[in-house]
Order: sequence, then C-alpha cells, then structure tokens
Amino acid sequence: MTASIQAQGRSAISWRDTLRRATPALGTGPFFAYTLIFLLIPTAIVVIGAFQDNSGRFSLSNIAALGTGPVLDSFMQSLVLSAVTAVIGGVVGSVLAYAVATAGPDTATRRVVTSASSVLAQFGGVMLAFAFIATVGSNGIVTQALHTVAGVQTTGSWLYTVPGLILVYSYFQIPLMVIIFLPAVDGIRPEWREASESLGGSTWAYWRHVAGPILAVPFAGSLLLLFANAFAAYATAAALITQSNPLVPLQISGAITNEVNVTGGGVAKALALGMVVVVAIVMGAYAILQRRAARWLK
Amino acid sequence: MVEVTTATKTLGTRSHEDGRPARRPRMRRTARARAQARFRWVVVSLVMLFFLIPIVSMALFSFRFPLSGKWTLSAWKDVADLAALAASDPSTYGPLWDGLLNSLVLVVLTVAIMLFLLTPTMIWVRLRVKPLSRLLEFICLLPLTIPAIVLVVGLAPVYRIVSTVLSTATIWLCFVYVVLVLPYAYRALDAGLGAIDLRTLSEAARSLGAGWGRIMFRIVFPNIRGAVVSASFISVALVLGEFTVAELLARQNLQTGIFLVSQSSGQLAVAMSLAALLFAFLLLLVLSLVTGRSRRRGWKGI
Repeated sequence: MTASIQAQGRSAISWRDTLRRATPALGTGPFFAYTLIFLLIPTAIVVIGAFQDNSGRFSLSNIAALGTGPVLDSFMQSLVLSAVTAVIGGVVGSVLAYAVATAGPDTATRRVVTSASSVLAQFGGVMLAFAFIATVGSNGIVTQALHTVAGVQTTGSWLYTVPGLILVYSYFQIPLMVIIFLPAVDGIRPEWREASESLGGSTWAYWRHVAGPILAVPFAGSLLLLFANAFAAYATAAALITQSNPLVPLQISGAITNEVNVTGGGVAKALALGMVVVVAIVMGAYAILQRRAARWLK
Repeated sequence: MVEVTTATKTLGTRSHEDGRPARRPRMRRTARARAQARFRWVVVSLVMLFFLIPIVSMALFSFRFPLSGKWTLSAWKDVADLAALAASDPSTYGPLWDGLLNSLVLVVLTVAIMLFLLTPTMIWVRLRVKPLSRLLEFICLLPLTIPAIVLVVGLAPVYRIVSTVLSTATIWLCFVYVVLVLPYAYRALDAGLGAIDLRTLSEAARSLGAGWGRIMFRIVFPNIRGAVVSASFISVALVLGEFTVAELLARQNLQTGIFLVSQSSGQLAVAMSLAALLFAFLLLLVLSLVTGRSRRRGWKGI
C-alpha cells in the first residue's frame, strides 16, 4: 500500500514537473496563434482547396486545369523570365559586388553602392513600372532622346511584353544580388591571392582553383534566391501587363477576379499550389547550398 | 592570418631564388591595385548609370508635359495639394489621398505589431524554450516560400471573418503585412540578439530583481536597438511598396492609389512614386546614421 502511495506521489510530482517545464512554452502562445491564423490557415486553405470541387468534395479537376494550354504557357514563361533575370542579376550583381569589395570596407563607393542596393532591391511593383514607362515607354525620356538625337522611332510597346519585363526585373535583381553576394566576396582574403601568386599562379589559376570554387556555392545559392524572387513577383508585371496573363501570378489574379461564386476559386488555389511547389523546391535547394557555403565562410 | 603572411613571404623568396621571372610582391600589389581601381570605376559607373537613368527619367517626366515638351511644376503642386484636391474632386484624387493615409497608418500598425509580437517571443524562446527555436525560425522564414499572391488566395476567407469581426477598412491589412515582413524582421532581430550576451544580461537583471517585462523592454531592447531599427526600416519600405495584397483584397493603399490615378494623370502618378522612393532613401539615411552612431559608441565602450 505504501508502495502505491509512493508511486502515486511520484507520478503527481513528475506530472507537475512536466507542467512546470511546459509553462514557459505558453509564452510563445500569442505568436504561434497569430501565425496560425494569418499564415498557416491561409496556406492550408490553398493546399486543401486545390483538391476540392465547388461543393467541397475531393477532386482532381482543379489540378487537371493546370495542364491546359494557357496555364502551361504561363508556367513556362514565368520559369524562363525568372531564370533569365536570375542569371542577368546574378552575373552583373556579382561583378559589382566584387568591384565594391576591392574598394575596401569603409569607403564612400561601398557605402553608396550598398545603400542604393538595399533601397532598390525593395523598389518593385507599381513604382518600378512607372519608372520604366517614364524611361522607355512611348513618351519616355530615353525614347524621346533617341528620337531627337538619333532619329530612331520606337513605340515602346515591347516594354509591355515578357522581354520588357526582363529589363524591368533586372532593376531589382541586380541590387538584390549585391546585397546577398557581398558577404561571400568579403570572405575572400587578399592573402590567398598573394599565396597563389608566390606559388607562381596566374590570375586565371587563382580564379580557377582558389576564388572560383569558394564562391561557386554561394553564387549558385544566390541565383536560386533571385529565381524565387522573380518567380513570386506580381505587382510589377500587373502594373505593366493588363491585357493578357502571360505569367503564373497574373493567371492567379485573373482566376480570382473571374470566379464569381464565393465557394469556388479552386483553379486559383491549384495555380497557387503550383507556385508554392516551384518556390519550395528552389528554396529547399537554397537551404542545402547555404549549409554547404557556411562551412567555407566562417 | 599572421601565419599565412609569413608563409607567403618564405614561399615568395624561395621562388625568387629559383630564378623565376616573378616580379617583386610589392610591385605586383600596386599594379593590381591600379588595375582593380580601373575595373571598379568602370563597373560601378556602368551599373550606377543603369540604376540612375530610370530615376532621372521619372524626375524629368514629372516636370515635363510629354507631348508639348513644356516644363511644368503642376504634378508636384498636385502632390503638395493632394488633400485639397481629394476634397474637391474625390472621384479622381480620392483613392490616392485615402491610400496615402491608409498606408501611413498601416506602417505604424505593422511595425508596432511586428515588434511587440516577434521580439519578446524571440527573446523568450532564446532564454526559456530553446527546443522551440527551430520551429520559430521555420515559421518566420515560411513566407519566403509562400509568395504574397499565393497568400492572398488563402487569405480571402480569413479576411471575410476579419471584415465581420472588425470592419472592411484597409488598416486591418496590417495583420497580413506583419506576416509578409516576418522573414526580414526575424533575420535582423536574430542577428542583433546573436551579437549580445542575452543570457548573462537577463540573469544579471533577474538577480537584481527585475521582472521579465523589465528585462525585455528596459534591458534587451536598448541593447539591440540597431537590429530593431533595421527590422522596422525594412517593414516600412515593404508596407509602403505593397500592392499585391491590397489590390486583390480590394483595399486602398498608396500603391493601389498610384495605380488608379495613373489612368487619369500619368505625371502625378510618377511624381508620387518618386516622392515615395525619396522618402525610402531618406529613411535609410537616417537608419545608417542611427546604427552607425550606436556601433561607434559600442567600440568606444570596449
């Protein structure tokens, strides 16, 4: 009998112990409740809704709608646009980052370029669209200058197509690359170059065997981040292209505004799920690369 | 680092004794510095030109009638008189003025909720609930994987409830804006908290009798001021530039206002965009002054 009382006492203590240890976790309650409502539930609505028909039953019809011509085209165009602007932004941005890094840590060049980059990387959307309309649109400053100086007449209508978007997206992709790639370039020590040269290595040998391999992993990671950034962008394209829906985000907004019934929106959810899958794959690959890069740049 | 340089030196002399036609290291270094300076100058000016041309074009566009080519201040006068214009002609200028006011309120609300929700949670998790730190990080970085356009699709039902509980006013978009800024704010605050000795600070404070509220707001907050400022800055920039969620949930903020007014007055829309961009630049300048000063003080303290 004493044994059972003891056991009871011990279980009560351990139960109280667990409770005591779990109490601090309650302090995180407000945060997790908030993100549950405004992040996790909306995500769940998209994922579950993609597999439901209008009456809420399980259905693959929304997913099947992804296989239709215009949707497939929009995915293709979005992927191409994101890949091309990621490469342009990645190459130009990394060259700029390297140029800035050679200037030394506390110089005016570096301060100007980094602060300009951190503002311009956020400068997307409607304002960016207007900036380019004012530059190369039909009445744009560059368009008019070309006309008066060189006699070249352009309508600027190419700005409102996917090739035009490549130019516009580059405007925020290049600064973003500078911000995320600069820390990696800063990790390169001048001593390594000197060591390579004293061993008789040429500039090419230094880039091929020393700096190149070290920067390759963070470079690839940055490209993935740029890709995801362009793929997710909506506002810039929406402000420029109003007649058709050549990109996935534009297809989604078209699907939202076209579906009159309240319970519907299944196609929009399927499209959104498709976007999440693409971005999740890209970000997953980025996380893996990031872990590898961290080994080098300590 | 010292070891590397000595190694370089010995290796350097050896190759010289071998009779290799290598130049002396110092000469090589100055030659390379000169080549790098030339390269830097070319690259930086070319890219800066690309960055500047659209902004200069915006400025010129806002001062110049597109067809006649005459110079004018009318667009900037409209920006200055926006309140009066919105009162006299609400159908044209109303959305822009209302959107501007809404965006300013949204900025304040978003930064406030972000700071009071995220910072105490991050401090608390670091000090008392270490096992939850991975989950916290995962949730904070999750919005990077879920584009705003995707979030909007799932948010429509949530905001239908918000509309009945609170109202359909634009300012309640602050709830979703907090989610959008979460990854950037988390990174800034995480860097700030990682740079201080949080455990020692809090234990010292507690042994002197401070409660948790006092520790968070009187002791930790002042120590991570730089991180708090940069988390707030990125939130301000993001909220002022937000278009996707507001447009698709049919709310009116600065960007939807600019978009609407562009259909009647392109010049005003461009002038307004430029003003918003300059405001962001100014904010960044203030930020770099604030954080720069606190860092310098930190060094002096050591």
